[in-house]
Amino acid sequence: MTYECIMAGFGGQGLLFSGKVLAHAALIEGKELSWLPSYGPEMRGGTCNCSVIVSDEPVGSPIIAHPNILMAMNEPSLDKFEAAAAAGAEVFVDSSLIARKVRRDDVCATYVPATEMAKEMEATSLANMILLGAIVKKTGCVKCETVAEALKQTISARKAGLLELNLKAVGRGFDFMNQDK
Amino acid sequence: MSEKVLMKGNEAIAEAAIRCGCRHYFGYPITPQTEIAAYMSKRMPKIGGTFLQAESEIAAINMVYGCASTGKRAMTSSSSPGVSLKAEGMSYLAGADLPALIVNVQRGGPGLGGIQPSQSDYFFMTRGPGHGDFRIIVLAPATVQEMADMTRLAFELGEKYRMPAMLLADGTMGQMMEPVSLPDDRGTEYLESGASGDWATTGTQCKRAHHIVNSLYLKPEELEKSNRERFERYAKLEKEECRWEEHLMDDAEICVVSVGITARVAKNAIAAARREGIKVGMIRPITLYPFPKEALAKAAAKVKGFLTVELNMGQMNEDVKLATGCAKPVAMCNRVGGMIPSTDEVLEAIRKEAK
Repeated sequence: MTYECIMAGFGGQGLLFSGKVLAHAALIEGKELSWLPSYGPEMRGGTCNCSVIVSDEPVGSPIIAHPNILMAMNEPSLDKFEAAAAAGAEVFVDSSLIARKVRRDDVCATYVPATEMAKEMEATSLANMILLGAIVKKTGCVKCETVAEALKQTISARKAGLLELNLKAVGRGFDFMNQDK
Repeated sequence: MSEKVLMKGNEAIAEAAIRCGCRHYFGYPITPQTEIAAYMSKRMPKIGGTFLQAESEIAAINMVYGCASTGKRAMTSSSSPGVSLKAEGMSYLAGADLPALIVNVQRGGPGLGGIQPSQSDYFFMTRGPGHGDFRIIVLAPATVQEMADMTRLAFELGEKYRMPAMLLADGTMGQMMEPVSLPDDRGTEYLESGASGDWATTGTQCKRAHHIVNSLYLKPEELEKSNRERFERYAKLEKEECRWEEHLMDDAEICVVSVGITARVAKNAIAAARREGIKVGMIRPITLYPFPKEALAKAAAKVKGFLTVELNMGQMNEDVKLATGCAKPVAMCNRVGGMIPSTDEVLEAIRKEAK
């Protein structure tokens, strides 16, 4: 199986980081992977995305034309990547930030009020990790327990104090998908 | 080889250089290669090395020139507009027969261009980037693993042939992360071996004749001699050091030729074309100078045609035509300005050639 995941939203939402954690989890599991950021004059508030491929086969192009996992954290990103998503794709929408519903009926939409949930945890900036938890739980692209290990290895020394909160946020994402059933 | 770690291509180059015993980095920031300088700025002070952010790209390459003349492994890195500024220095390095590593993580041009990936410095790098009659070794990595491995290769080939060597990557290669097995750390070993060429200006201690590093020859007879001697080395390089990868070429009727990120897109397109029954393979040049002419000439005898996939207006396409003597048609699928062809675009181009 090859998971082609695009995480998209505004700069500052931690999209590159959540992608990095996912990539790291794949590395720990011995899978093939690539991580490719959009780069450019992006800054806090500008559009930003990253592409993560997790596969059992060697990765050819790291560029994703038709994602089978999409995480959208703002409306312009949903507009842009919903159209490109593969048929049957899992689309995760931060429903605290995006008012509209997914328009395509050949993809599977999951609405996670991630920013609201993060606010309840008093950690608004961790909506990305809640969504990552939801993605991992629902798609099984990597194992839930590997994400925790990946987070430990990825988080910078400067932010090591936030590890527990990050782990909690990922856990909220897992729990959300459990309730959803 | 060590356990796999996750790194950006740019970081892999920097760490690999350190593990090869490079302790002198001179540079100036420019997207999309700044991670190399950032990495060096963190690591070099901890290992007794030199990280120096120069006042300009020109200053940085001239610092490399000075450092290289003492036989030390020295490097600089930049992206396209910055590499233009280094052209003078590269010419001097070549004229003085000095090895050094120059990294060019290309972005769109000409002029300031853009900051998205490109391969449009192909001519500039492979034809001799500067004034005078010279070449530099040009290596084209297509994975983060190759970014690391070719760093060592560039140092070694440069020293063997006494000429500057370049890693010519595109922005995607620099920015993407992949698992990489870094080369074993032989940096200290290399440094303790005291390795430096028998030409290096390390001080005579009044015990030997002077070594002279110079690119100025006012007598034309001498300058001609130095030029001819240099090109004898280039001939040997062309004969012995061509490197390329063949992918599904055994029964191929169409041969894709591509490097860097486009070679990876092409690999996906080739897999899709094969599922449709199209016999297509790829020759991926790993050395751009020396260009693997013989491999392409050999393929020309078997295939119906070539298709170059590149991020420029057809610069490598010309080299394929030259290498094959236009024996077979050489088509092209290209995007420029920072755009990258999609797998579907390349697949469509392959289908067109298969008709």
